[in-house]
Amino acid sequence: MRFILRRLGFYLIAFWASITLNFLLPRFMPGDPVSRMFARTQGKMQPEQIEALRKMLGVDTRPLWEQYVDYMHNILTGQMGVSISRFPTPVTEVIASQIGWTLLLGGTALVCAAVVGNLLGILAAWRRGGAIDSALPPLLVFIGSFPYFWLAMGALYLFGVVLGWFPIRHAFTDGLEPAFTSEFIGDVGAHLILPALTIVLVSIGGWMLGMRNTMIATNSEDYITMAEAKGLRPGRIMLRYAARNAMLPSVTSFGMGLGFVVGGAMLTEVVFAYPGVGYQLLNAVQGLDYPLMQGLFLTITAAVLLANFLVDILYVRLDPRVRSN
Amino acid sequence: MTTAILKQPTEPTAARRPNRSFVHGLITNKKALVGMIVMLVFIVLALVAPVLFPGDPSRITAMASLEPSPEHWLGTTAKGQDVLALTVHGSRSSLFVGLTVGFASTFIGVLVGLASAYFGKFIDEALSLVTNVFLLLPGLPLLVILAAFLPPGLGTVILVLVVTGWAGSARVLRSQALSIRSKDFVAAAVVSGERAGRIMFREILPNMASIVMGTLLGCVIYGIGAQAGLEFLGLGDVSTVSWGNNLFWAGNEGALLTGSWWVFVPSGACIALVAFALALINYAVDEVTNPRLRKIKTPKNTEKSAAK
Repeated sequence: MRFILRRLGFYLIAFWASITLNFLLPRFMPGDPVSRMFARTQGKMQPEQIEALRKMLGVDTRPLWEQYVDYMHNILTGQMGVSISRFPTPVTEVIASQIGWTLLLGGTALVCAAVVGNLLGILAAWRRGGAIDSALPPLLVFIGSFPYFWLAMGALYLFGVVLGWFPIRHAFTDGLEPAFTSEFIGDVGAHLILPALTIVLVSIGGWMLGMRNTMIATNSEDYITMAEAKGLRPGRIMLRYAARNAMLPSVTSFGMGLGFVVGGAMLTEVVFAYPGVGYQLLNAVQGLDYPLMQGLFLTITAAVLLANFLVDILYVRLDPRVRSN
Repeated sequence: MTTAILKQPTEPTAARRPNRSFVHGLITNKKALVGMIVMLVFIVLALVAPVLFPGDPSRITAMASLEPSPEHWLGTTAKGQDVLALTVHGSRSSLFVGLTVGFASTFIGVLVGLASAYFGKFIDEALSLVTNVFLLLPGLPLLVILAAFLPPGLGTVILVLVVTGWAGSARVLRSQALSIRSKDFVAAAVVSGERAGRIMFREILPNMASIVMGTLLGCVIYGIGAQAGLEFLGLGDVSTVSWGNNLFWAGNEGALLTGSWWVFVPSGACIALVAFALALINYAVDEVTNPRLRKIKTPKNTEKSAAK
């Protein structure tokens, strides 16, 4: 319990830090991004809306701490202002309509990469010097050294444009009405395969090598020798004795991986024009839409922190050593 | 023979020996050798780029979208720039930013890690907290937000990459420094009244040299990749010629949709080659310093003979 509370406190501090960063950035940057932004939107907005946004982004004569208290209050009550590029939709609404796609893409890719990567790692460590152990790691490291977006663009060109196997943009075909029909779900699946596959391809190497190296250390433990001496089946020793104990670092990387996926999926989303938060974040940056930018960053951060907290709870369940102290 | 054995643990030669075997191990390691040769080629290319392709590489020299030919080995872009010149010149900015970011974030990581481990208590708590917060904040979105608010330029790119990149190395170096901090020779140095700075940099740091090197390589890989990503999104310094910017323009001009793969492939392949070379050196360092990861020739021998 103490462990959980400690972690919770830590995540709260991290969240506070990101809100404060958001608060300080527009206020201490050289130049005047806010005025640049308003210059673009002349005539579209009501004066009181402009006033509210100005206050939020720091064009304000009140003392800094008063602005800070105000800002915190707004964020915590979910008032993030209106989006400029999609005026007059509130920022929260824009984000809500997009976070689902990112979670779908990132989640699918992460789970696939983690499961396949860990299994390969287990096998590689179990048969040291075997085919999987000697051929795959260098190959995966080589693939992993290509820039993410570059591989994605290559895959898009090869499978989308030249071969025409997969659709090349968006999350579902234009004009199709989102509904729980087999047609729509199949269409979403077809749009998901290529982007998800590129993420899996580049991230699988990290999972495999991490698991392999922990497994190698675990394999030299006495209880493995003991299990072998008892004459247990190799498959049982591999999965129930060695892999089970080597799993713990992978659980932690799963939490970290979530952060990477939500952030890293950004490049994939841009390449495939996939309508997730990352794609929207880039659009917001290009459209000088500062309220949306800040809202998206906070949402992404909050999602990552929450996911890590859930992994911590899982960790307590898995590792009795954490519970005892 | 006996005198040599007696001498070993006390003489300074004993302290230097693992170092020599480390260098020797690196040179005889195939992975490290390949990695170092590739890196050397790229560094030389970056240095002689102005001699090979004098003048501004982004000037228009030929017809647009030419396929690779004897005059233009890698063809031309949609604007009519020579792709080979762009690629070779691109290595300058990419390697420079990568190395700068790598050294700067490793330097910060070393400072934070050593200070955490040496002073402990409150300072350790505070530094670890900051490190963990930075580790947890999603890197790429933070990168994008910072780049959006800061004025564009090469300095911004470097600053932003260091801000998002130092935490990982700090965490690794702290845990290593902590384990060395608890060794007897550090305690001896503290008792003999050595200054804090001397203990940190002369006693602890040399003993974690291999991990610092591994971190440095990782940071350089991160720097090169993240710069390319940032520039690909159009958030870098668009006026410079670098691999990331080459890809940004390739994407912008629709190189792939028109089928001009030769504009798109070289810069990406260069990034991959450099990252792969550095990764190879990194794994070699790991293998040389961690005997458990070294190749064993007869795996599970006992199992097989027992089965017979």
